[in-house]
Amino acid sequence: MEYLNIVLQEVYRIVFLLIPVLVSVALIVWLDRRVWAFVQKRQGPNVVGPFGLLQSLADALKYIFKEIIIPSSSNKVIFILAPIVTMTLALISWAVIPFSATQVLADINVGILYLFAVSSLGVYGIIMGGWASNSKYPFLGAIRSAAQMVSYEVSIGVIIINVLLCVGSLNLNDIVIAQQNLWFIIPLFPMFVIFFISALAETNRPPFDLPEAEAELVAGYQTEYSGMMYAMFWLGEYANILLMCAMGSVLFLGGWLSPINIYPFTLVPGAIWLILKILLLFILFALVKAIVPRYRYDQLMRLGWKVFLPLSLTWVVLTASYLFYFNLLPVN
Amino acid sequence: MKISRFFKTIFMTDFISGLLIAIKEIFKSKKTINYPFEKGKISPRFRGEHALRRYPNGEERCIACKLCEAVCPAQAITIESAAREDGSRKTTRYDIDMMKCIYCGLCEEACPVDAIVQGPNFEFSTETREELYYTKEKLLDNGDRWENVLAANIKADNPYR
Repeated sequence: MEYLNIVLQEVYRIVFLLIPVLVSVALIVWLDRRVWAFVQKRQGPNVVGPFGLLQSLADALKYIFKEIIIPSSSNKVIFILAPIVTMTLALISWAVIPFSATQVLADINVGILYLFAVSSLGVYGIIMGGWASNSKYPFLGAIRSAAQMVSYEVSIGVIIINVLLCVGSLNLNDIVIAQQNLWFIIPLFPMFVIFFISALAETNRPPFDLPEAEAELVAGYQTEYSGMMYAMFWLGEYANILLMCAMGSVLFLGGWLSPINIYPFTLVPGAIWLILKILLLFILFALVKAIVPRYRYDQLMRLGWKVFLPLSLTWVVLTASYLFYFNLLPVN
Repeated sequence: MKISRFFKTIFMTDFISGLLIAIKEIFKSKKTINYPFEKGKISPRFRGEHALRRYPNGEERCIACKLCEAVCPAQAITIESAAREDGSRKTTRYDIDMMKCIYCGLCEEACPVDAIVQGPNFEFSTETREELYYTKEKLLDNGDRWENVLAANIKADNPYR
């Protein structure tokens, strides 16, 4: 009985984390389309619900009632598994994001490592989808996506090392608290920029949306998917984008800390600050989508391996030597 | 690489100026309209849904000369005619296949009595094909429904013909 109680309590906590995440994914899709439309001086979705806020729900309803087509030559088990893997991986990483000092589902010591590991696994969903479709465009899209995500993960990893050097802990709450006096965006600004661009590549957003470049690959790895399975890919993708924004705000923008550590601001709960920071980053994501042309594949690889990796490695050396020279290392 | 270009790349000046332009554009007025709720202005010459007009006394204008049928490049119009009891020649059948029609407006140009016209209505989509085979009754009904607008449009366009 006691065991059941604990399980129920955990399920309760998980559900109360996942439902807001899923709802905000739906809203973020609306925001993305709306910002995109506004930059192009269009109206954007504005019919369903107030300001079109319920557009994503209407879309989801449509997807539910659509037929799921499974190609006869596909590997059916993996084909069905792929969107499930993508979405699950996008959602489980939210377990370690701290919404305040106490509001965190799993306050584990290796939080950032877990986050990084799970987001690296995200590429599997795409590869499985592309491979199992047994069709040329999904396959090419999946190959591109795998290469792209792996290359940019390297620079994200090195950037995380920069932050960890300043913090001395892998726990996400410790990372946030270490930014009490100074957000890491100020001393590590170039790293923030590189992190942002790598996050764009990691989540297959324009200008790095090569895996689904519609002009050449139809829809990349999603080509053979339809109905709810397509919707799951799409949900997973946006959940991943949101997660990258959350990661950026935890690592560089002080997570749930208020921007100024004085009285009226500290009253606002930390979750609100975190959400505001995530929103700010996401609007940047959406704006970038509206203004940049797509990269060529070799340019993408060159940027990842020949620019970002050396730059972030150099910065690791700089940060480490600075901290060591001025005796600021967090642990001795 | 030139030094100025190097600094441009490093500080992403092009990207930032692009971003600022994008932010500026967000607050400008929209160029698109909220279509089903507000509609754009339509020229009097607009070639939309067809209609057969009547004289003010209720008599059909069409005299079954079949010029429209002859001129129609898509051969969408089918006309059969017969003499009425009073001896006047009238159509017994006037069908337009709206899916064949290319909306060129030649029928309207050919008509000597302004009977067949194309009105301003372009929202006549249907759920079945059959509904788009317009018959004489349908076309006359359109004419009665849109007469005010049609007459005004013909009058407005008259000086330019």
